[in-house]
Parts: sequence; structure tokens; C-alpha cells
Amino acid sequence: MTATVLAAGQRPAQRRWLSLVAIWLALITAPLWLPLMGGYPALAGKVLVFGLAAMGFNLLLGFTGVLSFGHAAYFGLGAYGAGLMLKYVTPSTPLAMLAGILLGGLAGTLFSMLIVRRRGVYFAMCTVAFGQIFYYIAYSWNDFTGGFDGLRGFHRAPIGLGPLSLDITDSIAFYYFTLAVFAVAVALMALLIASPFGRTLRAIRENERRARFLGIPVERHIWLSFSISAFFTALAGTLYALLNNFADPLTLHYSLSGYFVIMTVMGGMRSFWGPLLGALVFVVLQDYISSLTVNWMSFVGLIFILVVLFFPRGILGILKRRGAT
Amino acid sequence: MFQVVLFNVTNGLIIGAFYVLMALGLSLILNLSNVINFAHGNFLALGGYLAFMLVPTVGYWGALLISPLLAALIGVVVERLMIRPLYGRDPVYSLLLTFGLAFVMQDAARWYWGPNPLQIDMPDILKTPLSADLFFITWYRVFMVGIVIATVISLFAFLRHTRVGLRIRAGTLDLDTVAALGVNVKLLRTFNFALGCLLAGLSGVLATGQIGLNPNMGDDLLMPSFIAIIVGGVGSLAGTLFGGLLIGVAAAVTAAIYPAASEVVIFVIMLLVMLVRPRGLFGEEGFMS
Repeated sequence: MTATVLAAGQRPAQRRWLSLVAIWLALITAPLWLPLMGGYPALAGKVLVFGLAAMGFNLLLGFTGVLSFGHAAYFGLGAYGAGLMLKYVTPSTPLAMLAGILLGGLAGTLFSMLIVRRRGVYFAMCTVAFGQIFYYIAYSWNDFTGGFDGLRGFHRAPIGLGPLSLDITDSIAFYYFTLAVFAVAVALMALLIASPFGRTLRAIRENERRARFLGIPVERHIWLSFSISAFFTALAGTLYALLNNFADPLTLHYSLSGYFVIMTVMGGMRSFWGPLLGALVFVVLQDYISSLTVNWMSFVGLIFILVVLFFPRGILGILKRRGAT
Repeated sequence: MFQVVLFNVTNGLIIGAFYVLMALGLSLILNLSNVINFAHGNFLALGGYLAFMLVPTVGYWGALLISPLLAALIGVVVERLMIRPLYGRDPVYSLLLTFGLAFVMQDAARWYWGPNPLQIDMPDILKTPLSADLFFITWYRVFMVGIVIATVISLFAFLRHTRVGLRIRAGTLDLDTVAALGVNVKLLRTFNFALGCLLAGLSGVLATGQIGLNPNMGDDLLMPSFIAIIVGGVGSLAGTLFGGLLIGVAAAVTAAIYPAASEVVIFVIMLLVMLVRPRGLFGEEGFMS
């Protein structure tokens, strides 16, 4: 099913399968090779989680052509939803994930209803401002959310399936759990993009006015796309809380929204796998730079500026173009 | 009781005045260039730091005049080098650029001037309160609000009565037509960006006496400025002005009653406005939609 998505890239079927196999092989073996490159076990999980968030985000940016600069809100709500559920209600991991996904996804669904008529930078500005609400709530509501220090005091619990139980407390085991969730989510996204609905989204991206003349309810499609992308981002957020056993108010901050956007653009926002590649490069670079210097902010900022000015098509965008000529 | 009320209203007006200056600059750039300047708070900090360096040589009044101009000059350089190549491209690029620039500018300020708050020496007259009863209203605060009012009036007069101001307003509505009529739109946008940075720099100098001079002093002002623009309505500078004052006073009044909610209340106002009047209080339907 992912193959049908890549068909849009007009590459020979053989190479398509080859790259798919390469991607999944790399992901499955990541806990083996990432430590060799100076990473730690949780780094692979972090790449996967941010990759999932960025790919969910890209449904909106790359495939619908709508710019949200506030997706950290849905990611962070997913993280807090899962964390609060584990801490206060039940130690069940699946229920915690469900709570996080619903919290983040529904927030996105409700909010996007208010702004679907806006476009461009104004739309982006509304999403930034709205996203910050949850940051301030998490920041100020000390007793409930842990305030500035973040939400601690919960742990991912083994998942019980009747007599069978899946122990995900170990970091390698949790990586493969994350990978399994990632695979299901990515398959769903691929199905979605290949469906008539996904094609309609791309039609809106390419020419909104024409789509409207064809009788496509543009606002409703943008709303649905925003909502679906918020649900996927929230799912990634729940995984992030489980990965760290911690929910950080900075996961709600608009800086993280900016990170999602740069991951997507850096990898290639017109391609399905671009955001994952962007997340890999960005997370590893950021991790490496912040271990080297206290002035990591300058370097991260420079990455933004250089990508925008010199590599606006992203890594996969450049590769595709080179392959085409 | 009267004092408590007056105290909070004064605070609200002062905070609102900062929101207004920040938001007007942001709004100018947003309307004409379609760019959200995430680095606007860093231009504010830059204005403050430039004043800190200038005060020993040119005095407080000189610094108040010169450092906004220098901030505007740096704005010209930034616009020419980095933002101009992005006009006409997907808005995601200009957003990412100013976002990255904000990181670099904040880190550079921290590296050069240090992370700790700095003090600017003010003339003695500004430090003295109006009277013993009104100990919280220093001449600095009166003067500050006065400067902001004067700046806002001059800005609106400039936009209304000068040729350049007319072009900026026309460009906000329809830039293509303005370009077709022979106006140098590139230069107009550069000037307009510099004007926005000038306002940010000016509020930076003024803000040092109120919120202190530190590398991320503009961060807390950025989000309320966005909200001021959304509440007032994109495309309307008068709306931005009103929005800034409204949320400033609302935040201060809430801070007096229930401090924990003072930051959330401005978001509540934003959501209410979006629900009841999605285009913003003074916005025109169809603008940027």
C-alpha cells in the first residue's frame, strides 16, 4: 500500500521496493547501528517518535498545502494526556495512549473548525497562538501538571493481553513497540493518501480555486485533514511521554512546532518519507550539537536559515530532482 | 481600594503599551510583506542592548533616539539579505527563516552580553514618583506611556498623510496594482520592515526600565502581540492598537484578581473573538482569507 503512494514519484517499481526495504531494514536494525554512530538507545526511539509526528504534520503541510505552526500543542497534549492518565487514573498503557490521542486529536479537531476559512500566514499565526494556550496551562497549573518541571511520577506498564503480556519497560523492547505502532500509523497514512480523499487533498493543494469550482467542499476537507494530522501527532506525543516516562511543558511550546516544520521541510515536504529523514537528521544533529556547545541555539537557528535559503526542497526533493534529470 | 484599582489599571496600560508597539510593528510587516516576524522580540531586545551600550557616550535621551534607528538599520540588512529572496514563495519559508533568526539573535545576545539582566542608567527625574500617594507611578512610567502615545499618533499620521504611508496602505490592500503603478515595491517593503524594527527597538529601550534587559526579554511579549493582531483583526492597524490595549488591561486586571490566570485570560479573549467574529474586531472580511 505504501507502494501506491510512492507511485506519485514516478520511479521504477524495482527501485521503489528497494527503497522501501531499505527504510524498514534501517528502522528495524536502528538500535544496533545508532549507538555505533554515537547515539544512545533512546535516541532511535526519539527519531521514530518525531518522525511520526512530522509525517502526521506533513499530511497537512505537504499533502494539503496548509501551514500549521502549532502542532506541538497536539503532540504535547498527547504526551500530557497519556501521562496524566497513567499517573492519576489507571496504570494501563493502551488506555493512556487512547486518552492522549483523544485529548490531542479532539483539541485539533475543535480548534481547526474555528480557522478553516483563514489562509496562509494568518492561519499559521492563529495556530501558533492557540497552541500556546496549553503551554501556559501546563506551565501554571502546578498541582496537576507539575508546572515548569513537567509531569513525573508515571511509568509505562507492561501491556496485558489476557494471559499474554508484553513487557515494554525495557528500552529496546519499547523501541520495537514504538516501531510497531509507527508501522501501523504509517500504513494508515499511506492508505489515506492513496485514497480518493487523499487525492482530493492534493487537488486542493495544487489549486484551491479549481477544486472549489469542481464542487469539492474545500473547508471541510482542510478541517478533516487538520484533524487527522492532529490525531497522528497526538499519537506520537503519547509515545514520547511513554519513551521518557515524563511529560515536558516544552513539548507544548511553539518552538517544537517550528522543529516539526523544519524536519518536514528539511526532509522534503512533497515526499511521503521526507519528514522521517528530516527528523533523523534534525534530532541527531541537535543532539550532537547540544552535547558540544552551550550555544546550540545559534546552530539550530542556522540550520533553519540555511535550509530555507539554500535547500528549500529538502533532501528528498533534491534527490528526486537529480534522479529525474 | 482606589489605589489598588489605579495600580492595576496603570500596569495594564503600560504592559498594553508594549504590546501595542510590538504588535504594530509586527502588523506592518505582516500586512505588506506577508511575513510573520518571529524575531520581532529579538529586535526589541536588540534595541535595549544597543541603548545599554550607547548610554555612557550619548546619554539616555540620545540612546532613546539612536538605538531604535540602529535596530531599524539591522532590520534593513536582514530584510535585504534573507527575507527578500523569499517573497512570493510558500509562506512556510519566511516563517522558518524568522524563527531560526530568532534563535540566532537570542543566542548571540546571550553570548555577547551575558545571560544576566543588565541595568540602564536613567536620568534621576524619571526615577522619582509623581507623589507619595502614587508611589508606583514614576515619571518614567508617565513618560513611557507618553512616548508610546506620541509614536502611535505619528505612525498613523505618517501612514495617512505622506506619500510613502499611502503606498504602504495601498500595498496592504493590493500590492500587484501598486507595483503596476510604478512604485518600487522592493524598496517599499524594505522600508516598511525597517519601520517595524524601529518600533520594536523603541519599545526595547523603553521596556528595559519595566521588564529588565535580558536576552529573552521579547519572548513574553511576542505571543500577546500575535493575539493583539488576531483580536484586532489582521489588516487593521487600528484594530491592532485596540487589541493590544484590550489584552494588556485584561491581563493586568486578572493578575490583580487571580494571578494564575493572567496569561490564560488573553487566550480566552482570543478564542471568544474567533468564535463570535472570526475576522477580528476591526478586520475586514476577505482579507487574507
